[in-house]
Amino acid sequence: MATPPFLDIQGLSVDFKTRNGMVRAIDDVSLQLAKGEVLGIVGESGSGKSVTAYTVIGLLDEAGSPVAGSATFDGIKVTEASEAGLRDLRGREISMIFQNPRAALNPIRMVGRQIEDVLKRHGLATRQNAKSKAIEMLEKVKIVEPEMRYSSYPFELSGGMCQRVMIAIALACDPRLLIADEPTTGLDVTTQKATMDLVRELTRERNMAVVLITHDLGMAAAYCDRIVVMEKGKVVEAAPVAQLFTQPAHPYTRKLIAASPGPNSELSDLAPAGADGLPPPSAEIIQVAAAAPPPRSEKLLEVIDLVKEFPIRRQRTRFPWSKKPDDEPSVFRAVDGISFQMKRGESLGLVGESGCGKSTTSSIVTRLLDPTSGDVIFDGTNITTYPAAGFAKRPERRKIQMVFQDPTDSLNPRYTAAASIAEPLKRLLGIGDRREIGERVRELAAKVGLPENLLERFPHQLSGGQKARVGIARAIAVDPLLLVLDEPTSALDVSVQAVVLQLLDRLKRDMGMSYIFVSHDLNVVRLLCERVIVMNRGRIVETGTADDVLKNPKEAYTRTLVDAIPHFEPAAMAAPEAAIS
Amino acid sequence: MGSRLIQVGRRLAQALPSVFGVIVISFVLTRALPGDPAVYFAGAMADEESIEQVRRALGLDRTWIEQFLIYVGNLANGDWGMSLSTGRPVTEELMQRLPASLELTLLGLGLAVAVAVPLGVLAATRPDSWVDHLCRLLVTAGVSLPTFFTGLFLVYIFYYLLGWAPSPLGRLDILYLSPPQVTGFYVIDSLIAGDGETLGAALAQLVLPAATLGLFALAPIARMTRAAMLGALGSEFVRTARAGGLSSAVVLGTYAFRNAALPVLTTLGMVFSFLLGANVLVEKVFSWPGIGSFAIEALVASDYAAVQGFVLAMALLFVCVNLAIDVILTLVDPRVGLDE
Amino acid sequence: MRRHLKHLRYVMGENPVTVFAFSLFTLILFLAIFGPWITPYDPLATEAANTLKPPSWDHLFGTDHLGRDVFSRVIAATRLDLGIAVSAVALSFLLGSALGCSAGFWGGWTDRIVGRFSDTIMAFPLFVLAMGIVAAMGNTVENIIYATAIINLPFYARVARAETAIRRNAGFVHAARLTGSGEVRILATQLFPNILPPMMVQISLNMGWAILNAAGLSFIGLGVRPPAAEWGIMVAEGANYIVSGEWWLAIFPGAALMLAVFCFNLLGDGLRDLVDPLRRT
Repeated sequence: MATPPFLDIQGLSVDFKTRNGMVRAIDDVSLQLAKGEVLGIVGESGSGKSVTAYTVIGLLDEAGSPVAGSATFDGIKVTEASEAGLRDLRGREISMIFQNPRAALNPIRMVGRQIEDVLKRHGLATRQNAKSKAIEMLEKVKIVEPEMRYSSYPFELSGGMCQRVMIAIALACDPRLLIADEPTTGLDVTTQKATMDLVRELTRERNMAVVLITHDLGMAAAYCDRIVVMEKGKVVEAAPVAQLFTQPAHPYTRKLIAASPGPNSELSDLAPAGADGLPPPSAEIIQVAAAAPPPRSEKLLEVIDLVKEFPIRRQRTRFPWSKKPDDEPSVFRAVDGISFQMKRGESLGLVGESGCGKSTTSSIVTRLLDPTSGDVIFDGTNITTYPAAGFAKRPERRKIQMVFQDPTDSLNPRYTAAASIAEPLKRLLGIGDRREIGERVRELAAKVGLPENLLERFPHQLSGGQKARVGIARAIAVDPLLLVLDEPTSALDVSVQAVVLQLLDRLKRDMGMSYIFVSHDLNVVRLLCERVIVMNRGRIVETGTADDVLKNPKEAYTRTLVDAIPHFEPAAMAAPEAAIS
Repeated sequence: MGSRLIQVGRRLAQALPSVFGVIVISFVLTRALPGDPAVYFAGAMADEESIEQVRRALGLDRTWIEQFLIYVGNLANGDWGMSLSTGRPVTEELMQRLPASLELTLLGLGLAVAVAVPLGVLAATRPDSWVDHLCRLLVTAGVSLPTFFTGLFLVYIFYYLLGWAPSPLGRLDILYLSPPQVTGFYVIDSLIAGDGETLGAALAQLVLPAATLGLFALAPIARMTRAAMLGALGSEFVRTARAGGLSSAVVLGTYAFRNAALPVLTTLGMVFSFLLGANVLVEKVFSWPGIGSFAIEALVASDYAAVQGFVLAMALLFVCVNLAIDVILTLVDPRVGLDE
Repeated sequence: MRRHLKHLRYVMGENPVTVFAFSLFTLILFLAIFGPWITPYDPLATEAANTLKPPSWDHLFGTDHLGRDVFSRVIAATRLDLGIAVSAVALSFLLGSALGCSAGFWGGWTDRIVGRFSDTIMAFPLFVLAMGIVAAMGNTVENIIYATAIINLPFYARVARAETAIRRNAGFVHAARLTGSGEVRILATQLFPNILPPMMVQISLNMGWAILNAAGLSFIGLGVRPPAAEWGIMVAEGANYIVSGEWWLAIFPGAALMLAVFCFNLLGDGLRDLVDPLRRT
């Protein structure tokens, strides 16, 4: 470029002081950003993308220190600037928005005042006009009734609204660079789109440069001009969006692109064979898989008119003698009368945003929760007649098992991996012999591709993917008929997700299980499931084959859902305008 | 604002079961005390006939429930029995001695807060510095100190060895007369009366016992302040504030400290509970004529009406203090009342 | 077993303060168990001719107003004070954690009742309540133990309840239901091992507090009765002599008291490191 880049990072290395000595978080990172450009930094966990951003704004943790290289913003060397100098820059020239918007706002301060604080600090408002300027900002980020929302507290606002408030704080002083660190994590797909669209609109209007840090390639493709890919603290590739996706140069980039599911990916595309740590399937197994699936006539699961109501806690104090207003509901219908069926050997996807009732439904099907009314008939027996509290003792317990979303949370931190996997063997199969248990646990570990030496480790000593495998091993230990998977990969890195999905597919075929796959991500669901049910507000909105629902959604809600997914077609990248939806 | 008032009202209402529980336990204690309740409620001067009268008045011949109701009625009327040793109503004795204990406790608490809070804040903002290490040492040592021992130790050093402090024999040296009674707090009363000498003497006597109590309260307050500040400073919203370039004064004060103050305030309630207990010990060491020493004398003399009165009074005082703290928290923290 | 020892060595190596605390604890334990046999003089033996002698080689801590050797009495008191504290804390811990875990796990009425019960106790300034209980029930060592156990109950109940409530909806609890464990088994085998680390810290801190409590009660005459050797009584007896300069009667037992409580407080942190698997590398 003729003019020096707006943001220029040259050979930056940052070390962190940890218990085990100095750890290099980022190594020799160089990247440039031009004014008004949108740069995406993409990488999985541990790639160092956040550390780079924090160094630019000077908010590195105490334990971190830049040891080599420099970062220059508009001529100012931020890596050598004083804290006072940096404080002047922050908010005024460089702003940042974070993930977990509600936690990132002061919980006991009105949101309007938090916007005022930034305005007053940089001299852009006086005590008299601060409030009106704050309300102006709230309007700009499209919050309805801004005068009323000025005096709201973060706990009264939804996640999406909290993120808008953060954007308002960040943009209040009209900075020239905005750093967005995974700003949509934890938000619904439709809210994510709304948030990112808002960011794009506001930053384009002010010709702001943006650094978007994300693990989601699709989002980077949709909103960025250029992308930098990072792996393990190093920059692996940097290129304009179209070029990155049509001609990825580095093998890691290619791996990432392959692993991100799009509307036309196949399961085998996601990762090379053998990536799941398992020996490649023998010729017979491949033949069996290729052969026509056996006729599935047996009805495995039937859900009839399922309803689940939760009582609403009254927010306002009510005196015993005051009348309850008629229109105020006293219960919340999480599941509002749904019915569906499943055949043996089938894989059914349950898709929707948070609060749609899919997790409640899956909890009821696995009998962790009792329905308010309705029946669940599993393998001929009406299992809702048995209360959830005592279901652990029923023989049906071992036929329905579950894989959970958060692998860390679903493993007892004080049990080794082997102990966790052994639990169902001891409780449900009643095996007492220690040697037999040990053998079976090793078998199961081999089945899920978990190296044997990891069996004696505790959850905090395992990686995310390894913990997920332990959870899967535990679930399949008793050879269940139906496996409910509640967002099993949403907490995993995309490359790990690819491998786990392939593993799940193989297990399904090998063990003849049926799956209910609950997720918010239609692209992921499509890979494993033939049929899909879309839910919204406790009701079933649409059902059909996965491809049908994804490519030709019939209902308006489904269409909104599909549209909101940032996806990319590498082939269509040649015409970038068309690809951005 | 309306909803806040309702929340405050709810908090007040929630204190009622505590008061009820306190009265029940106190009732159980009186009936469990050795000896005949009628005798010690009647007083030392009573003869057989009046003891009988008292017995009937207390309802000792009736059912538990009726006894309890009579008991509550008596309490409400201010009839807490007669002190065996002094011959006066227990309520009178308590009221007369309360200001002495309160003056001591409040001064001790004030000293503790004045030192502990800044110390905790400094330790949190300068981790691993000498302030931080000093704070941590003080905290660990402080919670290990037996109050009565600290008091004695201070007396030994400052009175016997150094001669700086006056003799630990009560609120005022015998040379001085107590100031005219307005509040019962000698410091305030002598200020009102404009009597500088008495003020000086009263303060001199207060120093050591208040310091003892203060040392005792210092540790938990400093520990909680440091922990709460560390938590607040490491939180995500402080990171957002820093990312906005806010000055360190605003970040420390408006963002970090105000949030950290909430758990510290809660701790103050617990500390006050410990202080009321420590009060008894300190009053014995320094011969302070407060409620605590009254209770000790009563115990020695088997004056059980007085003991029960003391326990009840302290409990009610504590309930009030907790209530006050709860109300302040309700007003300051908008999230209170969320997960009931 | 070897793994546990290796972890023990790691924890010790990490923090020299923990080593100090453990060594001190071992010393205190030793004195408590073997104390009465190793005292140079009989703790109860009075000697009218030898009263109020300052510390010397003959009497390391001097003699008190009845001619008894202070050093022997301090050592002998270790057993009594430690015994009271251990019994009281054990009682509180068992009952308090059972109540707290049930309240935290099942919620509803169990929670409300346990909450009310513990709130009522906490409504009293705790030392005052202990005074009241011992006064009502009588001046014996058993009653001190009961009183101390009662006033400590709410702490355990509260910690147990909070720690259980946080984890009651964790994934591994649901997983345990799926793998066939009943509710009580889940509470005992899945949840309880996880709440043990914070409880250990609480136990250690409480030991210190229980000793202070017992000493405090004895100081005001409501506890162990003379001529028994107990640190609190010794300080009480020595209090009268401090103003006239005979400091050794009160300072030595007081210092022993302080050291013991200090040791338990330091121990709390070390114990937590030992028990918590998250600290293992």
